[in-house]
Amino acid sequence: MRHLTAALSACLFAAPAWAALPEDGALNFQPAATRIAERVHEFHNVLLWIITLITALVTVLLVWVMIRYSKRANKTPRKFSHNTTVEVVWTVVPALILVGIASLSFPNLYYQNVTPNLGEIAATSKSLLANGRTAEHLAYTKNHFPDAAEKGFVNVKIQGNQWNWTYTYMDINDETGAPLEFVSNGLHKGRPSDPVDVGPRNLATDYPMVIPAGRYIRYYTAASDVIHAFTVPAFAVKTDAVPGRLNEGWFLVDQPGVYYGQCSEICGIDHAYMPIEVRVVSQAQFDRWAELMKIGDFDAAVASVRDLAALETETQFASSN
Amino acid sequence: MPMDEIALDNGHDAHDHKPGFVTRWFFSTNHKDIGTLYLIFAIIAGIVGYGLSGLIRWELAQPGIGPMLWIQTNFFGLEGDAAITAAKHFYNVVISYHGLVMIFFMVMPALIGGFGNWFVPLMIGAPDMAFPRMNNISFWLTVVAFLLACFSMVVPGGPGGNGFGGGWTLYPPLSSTIGHPGPSMDLLILSLHTAGIASILGAINFIVTILNMRAPGMTMHKMPLFAWSILVTAVLLLLALPVLAGALTMLLTDRNFGSQFFIPNGGGDPVMFQHLFWFFGHPEVYIMILPAFGIVSHIVSTFSKKPIFGYLGMAYAMVSIGVIGFVVWAHHMYTVGMNVDLKAYFVAATMVIAVPTGIKIFSWIATMWGGSIDFKLPMLWAIGFIFLFTVGGVTGVVLANAGVDHALHDTYYVVAHFHYVLSLGAVFGLFAGWYYWFEKMFGVKYNSILGGLHFWLMFIGSNVLFFPQHFLGLQGMPRRYIDYNEGFSTWHYVSSIGYAITLVATIIFFISIAEAAIRRRKATSGNPWGEGATTLEWTLPSPPPFHQYNELPVVNTKGGH
Repeated sequence: MRHLTAALSACLFAAPAWAALPEDGALNFQPAATRIAERVHEFHNVLLWIITLITALVTVLLVWVMIRYSKRANKTPRKFSHNTTVEVVWTVVPALILVGIASLSFPNLYYQNVTPNLGEIAATSKSLLANGRTAEHLAYTKNHFPDAAEKGFVNVKIQGNQWNWTYTYMDINDETGAPLEFVSNGLHKGRPSDPVDVGPRNLATDYPMVIPAGRYIRYYTAASDVIHAFTVPAFAVKTDAVPGRLNEGWFLVDQPGVYYGQCSEICGIDHAYMPIEVRVVSQAQFDRWAELMKIGDFDAAVASVRDLAALETETQFASSN
Repeated sequence: MPMDEIALDNGHDAHDHKPGFVTRWFFSTNHKDIGTLYLIFAIIAGIVGYGLSGLIRWELAQPGIGPMLWIQTNFFGLEGDAAITAAKHFYNVVISYHGLVMIFFMVMPALIGGFGNWFVPLMIGAPDMAFPRMNNISFWLTVVAFLLACFSMVVPGGPGGNGFGGGWTLYPPLSSTIGHPGPSMDLLILSLHTAGIASILGAINFIVTILNMRAPGMTMHKMPLFAWSILVTAVLLLLALPVLAGALTMLLTDRNFGSQFFIPNGGGDPVMFQHLFWFFGHPEVYIMILPAFGIVSHIVSTFSKKPIFGYLGMAYAMVSIGVIGFVVWAHHMYTVGMNVDLKAYFVAATMVIAVPTGIKIFSWIATMWGGSIDFKLPMLWAIGFIFLFTVGGVTGVVLANAGVDHALHDTYYVVAHFHYVLSLGAVFGLFAGWYYWFEKMFGVKYNSILGGLHFWLMFIGSNVLFFPQHFLGLQGMPRRYIDYNEGFSTWHYVSSIGYAITLVATIIFFISIAEAAIRRRKATSGNPWGEGATTLEWTLPSPPPFHQYNELPVVNTKGGH
């Protein structure tokens, strides 16, 4: 219980990157926790400027004509109905703006949608360094992570069910060879009997998805009954979990912490009550959690990743090594 | 089309023979009466759809499950967990039918069935629609469809209770027997089939009428823009609805006859339904907005006392929106697991639509430019439309980018976007048309003060209602949620207050109808708007005679745009 309370207070009072929660009254995205999200936010900020300026332009024009050409200000209407120049301008200029938007949009889309080739990333990084092209290497490592690429993917299969998630770590096997697999249930169901001090309401789960920080995560989504959608707003990833299909996605989170998401495709009665809780921990903690999960001691495993304050110290310690 | 180009000859005789009440209203073959029936029907369905949205905003005003539970406890006598489960299902039912009713039984019947029927024949100088009896069938099938939809709300649906609770998009497997085993979904399929047949028949009627029954001298390029908008809409309906019907039929046979079109363990694919649905569904959103474009064009021109700017550009912008509208459907499905190149195509195609839409917005402003603008009530609604549609349009450009959409898909940002273009766009267009043609249709004047109150409260209320939903979406609030984390509280609360303001506006709307009906300030002339109102309907008295244009009006062939 002490751990849970600590987790809750950590959620509420820790630095922003720690707990990715919706913030009351906020106007924009949750803070980005992945490079994917950073790029989405940067691109969205550009879009926001463009659409704000367009809306402002239309508003100013509207207000101007309303004042200048009101029947009081202009008694006799003019009768023109054509002006080829302006017609060409307002066709061509928006088209050019859209070309500009597309030129930003496509690289962004391909970055997040194409699962990276880790071997290539490691090799490219090495060859850039070997050739002394450090500036290029710096730019390259903004979007690609050679250290993480060396370690390969952490593969997780995420299956949506009515109304919980099954996480399968395909590469972590017990003695029988069976992969580590568990079901993650939301702790709240909209009932008066819901527990109160166990984490943010409608977001906390009993057994969170746990992943190591600074590793490439490759996930596959599937569904056992109806369509669900896996998403974590702070990661800016969202992938439908469709019965009969296996969809793929990737992300990499540097900052340890807890990140929440919620099922994003209507799936029936408890659609609002199948949250996604992702705990990003150090590699050492991840390994310990996996060991405990493998022997079936789920509660000890969860306890080992609940205490965020401890996580922080340990991670700092680990990373300073 | 300036009035001086038109040889005025209304040709209505003094005795305006109207059939008896039952024959006139239940077996009607008169386009104006059918138009009125459609409008009455749309108002009734609108009350239902708007009431459902009231339940949504009431529930979401605060986190936790409140009003839905109260309804289950007090009206259905449920208690404990059973009541909570029923409340959750009930909420899903409410959001699903809110969407379906508003789209199929409010906006479409009002804009196409109502204003289309009333004013396409009047504007093109036709005595009636091409197929008056088919027109009657279209209307009554729509009524039947609505009754079936209402019926489907109260018969067993999903595990949690009555009605279908899978969203208006009807995605299987949630809409298959695995998600909703009860007969509710089957009734809903029948309802949409029926509504679809009604709309297809109506579309054929409009296309034939517009292509064949224009007054002598009225070439396609002299036809009023509202008639153009209905023509494009009708073509979209004719091409899109059969695809929906096919998808619904496959869903029906999946549910009842053991086929497995959308069932993965039989080799089917749920995503195939989404492709078929949105191949219909995307043109459908243009079906809802194009008639509003047409209405707004006339109003802007009338009250600026200027001919519409760039008439041909305006007409062909609608045509190109219609054409491109058929090749962008999968932007509703970016997260479904599509090939990245395919997504890139849909990003590009979708953004192209912004060009003709921009042409329309700028042409409206250019129409006002240099005019002598009279800010009568319809003009207020039209200007409100232009502004709100711009806001809704630019967020569409944001969402068109699949990369950003991965963050915003199925969040309140999307809800805000499509309510700006539909609830504020199409509905403002609808009210603009309502006040523009009120006197023409009913022969009595509306009260401008009540109408003004209606406009301002609606404008403020719907912005307060929908603008904060952008913020909720950016923060990650998913759609179709009965309950949410406290981190979303403030903007949900503000949004619900916005609804309350629109509720006052809506009550004033009904008061204004009652006031006009009671006071009966008779129309004094056929054209209350003066020199700017140049289309043919203003050459007729208000209300127009039961049969108009017994001798066809002749449009001067020398003039033109």
